[in-house]
Amino acid sequence: MTTAIEVRIPTILRPYTKEQKVVAASGETLSAVIADLDVQYPGISERLLENGALRRFINLYVNDEDVRFLGGLDAPVKNGDSITILPAVAGG
Amino acid sequence: MTLNISRAHVDAILAQSRAEYPDEACGVILGPIGKDHAVRLKPMINAAHSPTFYEFDPKDLLALYREIDDLDEEIVVIYHSHTETEAYPSRTDIAYAGEPGAHYVLVSTREEIAPATEFRSYRIIDGIVTEEVVSISE
Repeated sequence: MTTAIEVRIPTILRPYTKEQKVVAASGETLSAVIADLDVQYPGISERLLENGALRRFINLYVNDEDVRFLGGLDAPVKNGDSITILPAVAGG
Repeated sequence: MTLNISRAHVDAILAQSRAEYPDEACGVILGPIGKDHAVRLKPMINAAHSPTFYEFDPKDLLALYREIDDLDEEIVVIYHSHTETEAYPSRTDIAYAGEPGAHYVLVSTREEIAPATEFRSYRIIDGIVTEEVVSISE
């Protein structure tokens, strides 16, 4: 059964999604959803992952919960969930 | 390229930077989508509480985006202060710059120029820093 997940895309990644702000993806974990996004929008996973782990500069939320508290890439995702991607605002 | 900003906002940002010294201060100015008009100043908590690093707590960041979504606003300015160095984007600032449409404002409150401060603005796009004119309206 394919899951339908809404993914909200930040401005900086919209060149990958042909400027779409919200796209649909499927998968039962965050990792699977990212893989599916990369199939649909090639290259996008490289902006989210480095050496198989989530990049530091990017925040991901499942239904407004930071995925760092949900198991990271193993965070479970189900039908109807909404994922938001936001670049960190930080510097030194 | 120019940053158009009000004197009131410049003064508020400088005051916040002095008040939070020796930690870096940070925040945003928001405005209606697509207008490049800095209207609403929103200081943010530096969750790092550090003299050399700033970051918006991920929860605060999400709340900010939900808020501006509701109000049809966008982030026009992202500002932060450098406490010991000049008001120029550091390598970290450049690496983290994730809002290609924003004006990145840097303020320096370093001791050696006190009580003077520096207030400068930049665009940071694809890793390239371009300084811009700061036009202050009274």
